[in-house]
Amino acid sequence: MKQYVMGNGAIALGALAAGVNLISGYPGTPSSEIIETVHKFPHEGVHLEWSVNEKAALEVAASAAYSGARTLVTMKQVGLNVASDPLMSLAYVGVKGGMVIVSADDPGPISSQTEQDTRRFADFCRIPVFDPSSPEEAYEMIQDAFEYSEKYQTPVLFRPTTRVCHAYASIDVDISNGPKSYEGFVKDSSKWVIFPRLSYANHGKIEARNVTIGEDFSTYRYNTSEGTNSTKAVIASGVSYEYAKEFMKSYPDYKLIKISTAFPFPEPFVLKELEGVSEVICIEELSPYIEEQLLRVVGKHHLALNVSGKLNGLVPHNGENSANQVANILSSFLGLENNAQSIDLSDMPSLPVRPPVLCAGCPHRGSFYAVKVAMKGKKAFYCGDIGCYTLGNAMPLDMVDTCLCMGSGVTMAQGFNWTHEDAQCFAFIGDSTFFASGITGVVNAVYNDANMILCVLDNSTTAMTGHQPHPGTGINLMDNIVDKVDITKVLEGLGVKKIITVDPLNLKASVDAVNECASIKGVKAIIFKSPCIAITKPTGKMTVDSDKCINCKKCIREIGCPALITIDGNVTIDTNLCTGCGLCSQLCPTEAIGGKK
Amino acid sequence: MNKDIMICGVGGQGTVLASKIIAAAAMDEGNAVHSAETIGMAQRGGSVTSHVRVGEAYSPLIPYGSADLIISFEPAEAVRNLIYLKKDGIVITNSVPTKPVTASISASEYNGVEMVNYLNTKCKVITVNSDDVCSEFGSNKFFNIAILGVAVGSGRLGISKETILKEIEARVPAKFIEVNKAAFEAGLKIGESYEA
Repeated sequence: MKQYVMGNGAIALGALAAGVNLISGYPGTPSSEIIETVHKFPHEGVHLEWSVNEKAALEVAASAAYSGARTLVTMKQVGLNVASDPLMSLAYVGVKGGMVIVSADDPGPISSQTEQDTRRFADFCRIPVFDPSSPEEAYEMIQDAFEYSEKYQTPVLFRPTTRVCHAYASIDVDISNGPKSYEGFVKDSSKWVIFPRLSYANHGKIEARNVTIGEDFSTYRYNTSEGTNSTKAVIASGVSYEYAKEFMKSYPDYKLIKISTAFPFPEPFVLKELEGVSEVICIEELSPYIEEQLLRVVGKHHLALNVSGKLNGLVPHNGENSANQVANILSSFLGLENNAQSIDLSDMPSLPVRPPVLCAGCPHRGSFYAVKVAMKGKKAFYCGDIGCYTLGNAMPLDMVDTCLCMGSGVTMAQGFNWTHEDAQCFAFIGDSTFFASGITGVVNAVYNDANMILCVLDNSTTAMTGHQPHPGTGINLMDNIVDKVDITKVLEGLGVKKIITVDPLNLKASVDAVNECASIKGVKAIIFKSPCIAITKPTGKMTVDSDKCINCKKCIREIGCPALITIDGNVTIDTNLCTGCGLCSQLCPTEAIGGKK
Repeated sequence: MNKDIMICGVGGQGTVLASKIIAAAAMDEGNAVHSAETIGMAQRGGSVTSHVRVGEAYSPLIPYGSADLIISFEPAEAVRNLIYLKKDGIVITNSVPTKPVTASISASEYNGVEMVNYLNTKCKVITVNSDDVCSEFGSNKFFNIAILGVAVGSGRLGISKETILKEIEARVPAKFIEVNKAAFEAGLKIGESYEA
């Protein structure tokens, strides 16, 4: 059947077509829709879960793969850092059933904290990596990835990038076979228990095997070459291949080589294709991985070949590539005309800037504002975390002083406590992030006797990545109603003495809660509990009474809600955006805003 | 048919549904279609774009100077994405601006008129006022379907009215089908008046 699906959907359906038995992962843009697609399509007999974090996801899949089951693990690139501890060891141990780890890279970065390159991670772990250039190819390639994983009994990485994950295409899909049968776990402690002796032996085998895989990949169906003009060649990978093809479709004689398996590098294939070539340019995103491999090959074989790309400045190191940028680079490199012509926009007026902001009615706005009001004039540090609430950094709230990685805010607040004992140290963390990697930080605070205020922004969902359920929501991806893991009980169990739960849209109660926590020593927690506006219905619309409004604009200046706008200088509510949360009405000095419910 | 269609606006305006309807309808009429969307953090009030590529295409995003049509839900967003338009392309844009929070905080009064004027100096433009066209439907949430009607009415979309309507019916909740069809027809009339 033909399906018009996102690249992530193609990956999901490809895995189902390959007979996958178990799928685990943690949400993260641009990878989240893989598991969501499986959930929407028939997948009887497949265990599907949002794991609590990427490390858990990979470990759940590892033992399933030891059992001979085919497993898929999904995450974004920074999630691979979290999963790297089990992955490094698993690379030494190997698997029995095919195991594919999707780590979606995000050139730009568009929705991430780093521009790291999963291909380098594959090299670091010494395991194969697949790099699809389009949704159509991703559907086929993930099935190949399972085959190679089983053939060489190793976990393999599968690395799409944002523009592949989020591109849509029409794909012929066949998932009728259902999950594969598998043998089950066979005990063998000399194989499945990692010991220094085993690692030593397997290290040698893995390096020898990787030479073989490089040769195997030299005939792989998605390592391809087009065109015959062989003095100058273009090598591209991933979506950059599509950008290069968009330009070179007008010049089909020119040589265009696609490398879809950067590691182990398909050296025999590349050597053959570069015969007679004197100049080559590498078009790739993130790191100059293929470029460096080529330079290695040039040195090893004493080739008279000039290699261009990121390292000599022809391709930028940072940011994502684009069709027009690649067309410019290639037209210059190949000495060909670039036919693309846009309208002259040199006289463009300045455009309004639209940084992402917290939604109108978002309860996080109330949480941040309450802390800000309570801490006015006091020395305080605000450690943010990963999620929608990172946007608490935007003006006018300006309530995120640091943001590093998942769960870091809880522990960084403690570091500030030890360097600034006169300051109130806050950590803001969402409910899903709390479960993913916040809990150990709380244990650390209790154990080391830190003074800090933990603010759990509990909106009952994983909002930023598209509202996935998590351990606190009481539903899982097997569509079972399960016991909710209660954040308050978790904190009590960890030894947090003061825990206050408050509605962040009640300004006075929230400010009081912050003040109460600030007055006592030790680890304190405030659970700001109010559901994400995207999963609830608006409660009404606010209105501005123009007789009472003195146009002081305090509401706009203090909380910056997108629904608070000015028309001809007068404060007005944008009723298309207002959810009736009522936060603005609680800070208006003349009580001019009303109309809730 | 080979056609590049860009849909742009501000996160939350319903651009994604509009692009899905166009893509599905183009496929219904036997075309190969690729599309791509802004997803993630930028959805929260940021600038969003959808790229729909009908016919032969490699890059998932429309290259600069290649779009036959830009359908914009916000005047400044049409200007921001004008670099994608072909020299003889057309822009269909909402004339009602969405003010960013930054404009509300600073004193600058961005009102969108300058943007529409600028567009008119650069290319053929059809403007639609979302407040006017949606007033009878009680919510601007139906503007995404209304502007699809404008695009069909203008004759520049290259997809028939019937196919688009079929996809609207398939993709909006049952209780909103009638109001969406009415919004589509309202837009269609505006589009047709421009073609004349």
